[in-house]
Amino acid sequence: MARIHTPEELEAYRQQILSRKDPNRPCISICAGAGCVASGADEVIAAFSEEIDKQGLSAKVDTKGTGCPGFCERGPVVVIYPEQTCYLQVTAADVPEIVEQTIKNKKVVERLLFKDPETGGRFAREPDIPFYKNQKRTLLCSNIKIDSKRIDDYLAIGGYSALRRALFEMTAEQVVEEVKKSNLRGRGGAGFPAGRKWEGSRNAEEPIKYVIVNADEGDPGAFMDRALLEGNPHSILEGLIIGGYAVGAAEGYIYVRQEYPLAVKNISLAIGQAEEYGLLGDDILGSGFSFKVIVHQGAGAFVCGESTALMTALEGRVGEPRPKYIRSNIKGLWERPSVLNNVETWANVPLIVNRGADWFTEVGTEGSKGTKIFSLVGKINNTGLVEVPMGMTLKEIIYDIGGGIPGGKKFKAVQTGGPSGGCIPEEQLDLQVGFDELTQAGSMMGSGGMIVMDEDTCMVDVARYFIHFLTDESCGKCVPCREGLRQMDRILTNITRGRGKEGDIETLQELSDTAIEASLCALGKSAPNPFLSTLRYFRDEYEAHIKEHRCPALSCKELIAFYIDPEKCSACGICRKKCPVDAIDGAKKKIHIIDQEKCTRCGTCFEVCPPKFRAVTKISGEPVPAPIDEEKRMVTKKTKKAPVQ
Amino acid sequence: MSDIQFEIDGRPVKAKDGTTLLEAARSVGIEIPTLCYHEKLEPYGGCRLCIVEVEDRGWTKLVVSCVFPVKNGIVVRTRSEKIDRIRKTIIELLMAHAPDSPVLTALAEEYGADKDRFEKESSFCIHCGLCVRYCAEVAGKHALGFVDRGIRKEICFIPEIAAEACSDCKECFPLCPTSYLQAAYVLTKELSFPDVSSGPESEK
Repeated sequence: MARIHTPEELEAYRQQILSRKDPNRPCISICAGAGCVASGADEVIAAFSEEIDKQGLSAKVDTKGTGCPGFCERGPVVVIYPEQTCYLQVTAADVPEIVEQTIKNKKVVERLLFKDPETGGRFAREPDIPFYKNQKRTLLCSNIKIDSKRIDDYLAIGGYSALRRALFEMTAEQVVEEVKKSNLRGRGGAGFPAGRKWEGSRNAEEPIKYVIVNADEGDPGAFMDRALLEGNPHSILEGLIIGGYAVGAAEGYIYVRQEYPLAVKNISLAIGQAEEYGLLGDDILGSGFSFKVIVHQGAGAFVCGESTALMTALEGRVGEPRPKYIRSNIKGLWERPSVLNNVETWANVPLIVNRGADWFTEVGTEGSKGTKIFSLVGKINNTGLVEVPMGMTLKEIIYDIGGGIPGGKKFKAVQTGGPSGGCIPEEQLDLQVGFDELTQAGSMMGSGGMIVMDEDTCMVDVARYFIHFLTDESCGKCVPCREGLRQMDRILTNITRGRGKEGDIETLQELSDTAIEASLCALGKSAPNPFLSTLRYFRDEYEAHIKEHRCPALSCKELIAFYIDPEKCSACGICRKKCPVDAIDGAKKKIHIIDQEKCTRCGTCFEVCPPKFRAVTKISGEPVPAPIDEEKRMVTKKTKKAPVQ
Repeated sequence: MSDIQFEIDGRPVKAKDGTTLLEAARSVGIEIPTLCYHEKLEPYGGCRLCIVEVEDRGWTKLVVSCVFPVKNGIVVRTRSEKIDRIRKTIIELLMAHAPDSPVLTALAEEYGADKDRFEKESSFCIHCGLCVRYCAEVAGKHALGFVDRGIRKEICFIPEIAAEACSDCKECFPLCPTSYLQAAYVLTKELSFPDVSSGPESEK
């Protein structure tokens, strides 16, 4: 490919790509994102190529591995264009049938379609599936349309037209102004207005400035940045180049975690292609603006997602936050003005430049505009990435898109904002998602993690889990975080093990206050949130653990016992055979008894006891009933009660 | 550079632009406790003990004085119920590691801290980093550093460098608030200095 020298050449080349594309030509798009690859997408892609060849259809049908469309629960996901027929959980064995039926005979393979768990109805077209239908996918929608390894695919959907527009139709100030007007707020957590951050850097005196992509996505259960980097790397790159132009930077960095090898690969490939096309490097499209991008792989520290720690790491030093009373957009990387924005924030930039700030602000709440991608995980039917308009209620996300809670269980809470976010209870499900709304509810937007919990989840244990995670990830530089969290972790662990004592809640509150008020960085300042929000909404659970040594959710192992109800046990023997520690005594026609001394509370007996008996129960906070007398243990055939006359 | 004028504990104070609050306070004899500060070293902001309250244009916030630059018109309070409570908690957290450190014992008395409040974990080091930073920034020897991260972080002498650099320096020894540094040095020396003549083998 020859270098593109002018904006006119770019448009001419785009037309050339489009003229080669027939919109009615069948195209089989298979998600090649990390989630689907883990479920066997590579084999499916290979099988399609082979089958298409075998059937002699390669001249008529395209096959491509694309970015993640979000429905990870049902991967590998296959979408066939132009009809947008969507097949889920496709295996290589399904491929010949799909080619035969859908490609050759234009028929739908019923069994691979999405089936509504309630009505049993099936949906053939991707946009009709409730999971997709209720979303507003302005960022994620491109993922399934393009092969992320091919710049021409991105150009075909209008890629780099925003860069052209910024460079040739707008001054740098106008770009900053447009982003400011859009009120685009940082998608990485804090929600700081991106335009104001850019403006600060632009106006800073120091001539050398930097723009940086924060792709150090570290929240457990969060993978939206990964999906964008893997699935549409050029959109982030384009945003970054525009940012560089607007701010006056000649260099950009992409700080991506090493644990995302596919993201590293795809973004590096994208940079190479953009350089080859003249969309990156010296004198971009003949505009006189030069810009280069460097990919930096993080070494696996959660704290490096924090701005000053990330910049310290970029400088080649230990990734620890540094005290800042001057913002990093004025004094950041190498003490120079540095604009750091999250992956998703950068991905929004080309859309805002192309379609305008007014288009962007049409969607959202008063303080939060545009859409937001959430990774919906935990006790939810439709695990995956969802992109929704700001202002959608939690209830709509969890039930209309997420399909509710599996196994007929009751919803208990949703944890948002990553490990230092908070838990929001059922009574707040009508809360609209937005930066300010979530903060007011005691949680936060964070980078967009959304972990759904059902009635079996112990909220004290949830707090313990996240505090433990943060203790482990504390960089150790400042005392309130390193030592405070260490003690909080210890106290919470004691509580979940039945060793809680009076005064623990107050000590935890004091340690939380100290961490919030005195920690060096945002990790420490927000770390107590999991404790504080669960205390706010589920204080009774803390008290039950401490005062009664009872776990109301029947989840904390040290506080529960398993017991076989002699009235219900039919001596089927399944639990006895499955018990991994031989803790169950019984025989044919002899009521089973759990030896509490031997029992490790693994819960196997509870899970395997057939639903028609439901003889195994969990007990917490009360003594296990004494075993029944030996002579009463023989099962007598239960006679049906005589009908009432 | 022009002088910045502000107030600390009710006293008007003047300082050069770029001075930190801690330096400005100490220059007029107002004492603010610190554990990780040293005048010859770059401010670190790790112990958080020097936290103070700053009122700036009607907003009150907590800042650590060793890194906060002075600003015209601010009103600084170095003691308050909130500050004392934070300092007390910090001292208590550190005393779980070094319960008998004289520096911490004196601070505990001042702030009413209970050295037995938290379960003991006798690692002795309180991670002030004075030794590591002094060796790097002042002595220029880099004979010791931090290893690992967070609650597992430890100071560690690098035997190859320490064997050469430390015996006639030891300037970091008096900086350590807990005496752990000397112990770490002796341990490193006995275990792994390449010089065999000082090892137990030669005493046979």
